[in-house]
Amino acid sequence: MLLIQCPYCGPRDESEFDYGGEADIVRPKNPEKLSDAEWADYVFFRTNTKGRFKERWVHTHGCGRWFKIVRNTTTHEHGDVTVFGGVEPEAE
Amino acid sequence: MQRYSIFSLARNALSGHRNWPQAWRSPVPRQEYDVIIIGGGGHGLATAYYLAAEHGVTNVAVLEKGWIGGGNTGRNTSIIRSNYLWDESAAIYEKSLKLYENLTSVLNFNIMLSQRGVMNLAHNEHDLKEMSRRVRAIRGNGVDSEILTPAQIKQLVPALNTSKSRRYPILGASLQRRGGIARHDAVAWGYARGADAFGVDIIQNCDVIGIRRKGGKVSEVETTSGAIKAKKVGVAVAGHASVLAEMAGFRLPVDSHPLQAMVSEPLKPILDCVVMSNTVHVYVSQSDKGELVIGAGIDAFNSYAQRGSWRVIESQMSALVELFPIFSRVRLMRTWGGIVDICPDASPILSKTPVEGLYFNCGWGTGGFKATPGSGWAFAHTIAKDEPHPINSPFSLDRFISGALINEHGAAAVAH
Repeated sequence: MLLIQCPYCGPRDESEFDYGGEADIVRPKNPEKLSDAEWADYVFFRTNTKGRFKERWVHTHGCGRWFKIVRNTTTHEHGDVTVFGGVEPEAE
Repeated sequence: MQRYSIFSLARNALSGHRNWPQAWRSPVPRQEYDVIIIGGGGHGLATAYYLAAEHGVTNVAVLEKGWIGGGNTGRNTSIIRSNYLWDESAAIYEKSLKLYENLTSVLNFNIMLSQRGVMNLAHNEHDLKEMSRRVRAIRGNGVDSEILTPAQIKQLVPALNTSKSRRYPILGASLQRRGGIARHDAVAWGYARGADAFGVDIIQNCDVIGIRRKGGKVSEVETTSGAIKAKKVGVAVAGHASVLAEMAGFRLPVDSHPLQAMVSEPLKPILDCVVMSNTVHVYVSQSDKGELVIGAGIDAFNSYAQRGSWRVIESQMSALVELFPIFSRVRLMRTWGGIVDICPDASPILSKTPVEGLYFNCGWGTGGFKATPGSGWAFAHTIAKDEPHPINSPFSLDRFISGALINEHGAAAVAH
């Protein structure tokens, strides 16, 4: 079971979260200009990193907010929590 | 290869079973092979076997980073079935099941295939309708499948709670009588022994660390035992497919996830059929040793760690107890995980790649064991002829670009 650092609520049990997969996959600005292969690369192809992996989580049964963490996919250790939009949560 | 028979058993019994020959050699790798198969699981070993047996390609090495059959081949719940919705899936899984049906005699190795039937439960109106559609599609493809009433279900599996007052009542089921289970280790060992007899080198404890290319063509495989030249390279490594693809300079449409399985303490015979439920999400069978073998879905997050979360175990245990209240006091003996590579359409990739002479067999997700013979058979054809067999051409890497996906998410009832 993972203990996930929600940047807004603190460390919580994995069962409170849903997983959003690989982070920072940017939707191409001009999809109509892309070839099928380039579009497929955006829609389907993934890095699937073994090691330090940046991924998205959402605190569904908590604050309901999305954030990113870097987690090691071989050890499950994680740190480097990032919030979207660069807005840091207020300190308690 | 010394054939196994009642006579060889008797002969070896006279010498106290001390003189059995090794089932396969442990050779030192040669400088060069016609074909190198990366991954000594069921799929890789089956590929090597069919390359030799069907295509006469015997200058082959199988490289395995651990011991053969020690990855997902030894970690799955050993269920075999071919009751898939789509024509493309039905073709390859049915090919596989047909190969399984003769595999013990073909390999002269008892894979302990038990065609005890695979039952998929329906718990609501939607399940019933979906099941009816699926059974018709499956029968249309010439694969056996039938629909059972609750009374017939109760007769086949008396331990199931078919009471109408349950939260998830059992309203019907589909049954593939030719489905069942087999001894997964024996499948790997049988193919290994068969391939070895043709002269295939099985090299264990040999980790691949690089794939060298020359002018867009594969040339050499770099390993922890040194570099080995190869004209063609086939990759069959399940969860680590993306890692191998990265070595060859491209990406795959797969994500790696943990899939857990578990066994209970041994019980007296109580369940002689594989029971699956998509709605409450669990599948269970009873092994020859008496243990309940239980599995369900993947852990949601990406991982290469061969272990998952407790909550996934908890949710399938509650599903199991919903179906079989009698199991509520059974204790689990062991749980474990394997790493599965999941495609966006939950169908495998058996394909040529952007690198000439490099072939990938991956993306089997949660259901690779049942496909082992068919996958190896089709992959061997793809490597030997440098083009896919009609049975695996729909499972090309290009389908993610063309959009011709084979969407088996949910279509094949539960995960495998």
